[in-house]
Amino acid sequence: MIDHNDNLNTIPPLEEIYAEFDFLGDSDDQINYLIDLGLDLPKLSPEKKTEQNRVHGCQSQVWMTTDFDSEHSQLNLQAESDAMIVNGLIVVLMAAYQQKTPQQILELDIHAIFDRLGMDRHLSPQRKNGLNGMVQRIRSAAQQALNL
Amino acid sequence: MNNATTSDFDVQLIREQFPILRQQDKRGKQVVFLDNGASTQKPVSVIQKTTEVYEQYYANAYRGVYQFGQKVDDELELTRRTVQQLIRAETPEQISFTSGTTMSLNLIAQGYGRVVLKPGDEILLTIMEHHANLVPWQMIARQTGAVVKYLPLHPDGTLSTNQLDQLLTERTRIVSVTGMSNVLGTVVDLKSLSRQVHDAGAIFVVDAAQLISHAQIDVVADEIDFLTFSGHKIYGPSGVGIMYGKAELLDRMEPLLGGGHMIDQVFPDHSTWAPPPAKFEAGTLPIAQAIALRPALELVQTIGYEAIARHEHSLLRSGMEKLQQVPGLKILGPASEHRGAIISFTMEGAHPQDLAFLLNRANVCVRHGHHCTMPLHQSLGIDASVRASFAFYNTHEEIDELVAALFEARKRLRLN
Repeated sequence: MIDHNDNLNTIPPLEEIYAEFDFLGDSDDQINYLIDLGLDLPKLSPEKKTEQNRVHGCQSQVWMTTDFDSEHSQLNLQAESDAMIVNGLIVVLMAAYQQKTPQQILELDIHAIFDRLGMDRHLSPQRKNGLNGMVQRIRSAAQQALNL
Repeated sequence: MNNATTSDFDVQLIREQFPILRQQDKRGKQVVFLDNGASTQKPVSVIQKTTEVYEQYYANAYRGVYQFGQKVDDELELTRRTVQQLIRAETPEQISFTSGTTMSLNLIAQGYGRVVLKPGDEILLTIMEHHANLVPWQMIARQTGAVVKYLPLHPDGTLSTNQLDQLLTERTRIVSVTGMSNVLGTVVDLKSLSRQVHDAGAIFVVDAAQLISHAQIDVVADEIDFLTFSGHKIYGPSGVGIMYGKAELLDRMEPLLGGGHMIDQVFPDHSTWAPPPAKFEAGTLPIAQAIALRPALELVQTIGYEAIARHEHSLLRSGMEKLQQVPGLKILGPASEHRGAIISFTMEGAHPQDLAFLLNRANVCVRHGHHCTMPLHQSLGIDASVRASFAFYNTHEEIDELVAALFEARKRLRLN
């Protein structure tokens, strides 16, 4: 078992997720795929599941770390939830934000990606709040890295 | 006791009266509605009564002498009298219409609490209260300097009254408890508790939001000082609720809302109140909702609490038995003889949110989360649970569907 999720090989590129969503078409199948992505998300090591790393605003528990490597200033995003569907959403966030610079993160239109995947059909308002909480966490980490 | 439905109770006949239960999903699968603790579905009599009001005689209540207004007044009083009979209250004047249990409890906390509570006085609740019977008391406690205390639960989920002697003191003014937990299903021996509360000189408030659709309540025999419930949890419309109170307490307490209809005299510098129930019914009532509540209550009366309880307990027993066979599933709360028809559970390795989501895909409606009982979930050491809550229209087949859907969910989450 992999006990940390910086292994990029398990996160499909965004294009692959788009293609899979288009191929599946049916929203039930898309959710199934999202659950599978979530089930395959490597676990976050237990010592990272701290109160400080907890993302608030989610119905389920979500822990997230956002580190920028000193050399290239690229994001190393690690996150895990105790809910599998949320883990699927985390995979989408990782596909979108992983290895991006703070500048790129702040310029990225995440809602365009959610729209492209038809997330409106899949997510309740509460879950959207949770998703926004995670996005905010990533964006403020990027903002902080820029200000350093 | 057998698991079969008893002969005087035909669940299919009841189901026929609820059009929504025939709804199917896109695969043609009928809905399995097991979120009755949140809100119940409506019989055709309630739907028709609502339409009747708007089509035949709608007007504001207690204002017009014209034909429509009088018909509305008459219908409202008929509902009031039906509620009186249902909970065996002394007089219809002790029944006030509110917007729901939450409003009723806020009204009691503010209206009665503000009059009697002094700094250091105590309000006693149980740790399993819904936030609606908890937050209003915290609010009035903060305003008056009173203190909120809690009766704990036994490890098996029944209410512990072991510490009642210490917790019920000469400073206790109000004891407010649920008649039936919306999470554990735990029922409270109201009669025995009320006696002890009264011996200590406090008043006894019962949140009957859950209990009202499951068991006979007798506010006189059980010596209940205030009783609250919502129409929508007993097959009636949403937006209407009830506050019952003992006559002398209703006279003593203050209204929460000021406005039209609740006054006797209004002068530029002060006003005097109308007698109850008008005193607590400021503004325009939920007119059609209150009128359409009556056929819902009459349906419960016609079937009878005894028959309802027999059917629901048969569902409860077999539900608990079958759910226990699902691997990793842990049922919260007491044995079936100490609870009403609610089963909340957790499953090892599966988040309640995922379970509720996957059950929905099998067209099984359950609730997940903390069910507005954060202190209870904290005391149980969990964040959230899944709740299946039953009504008199649920069937044994639906329990089988719930169990099958849970096995499917386990597969989907790779738990097998």
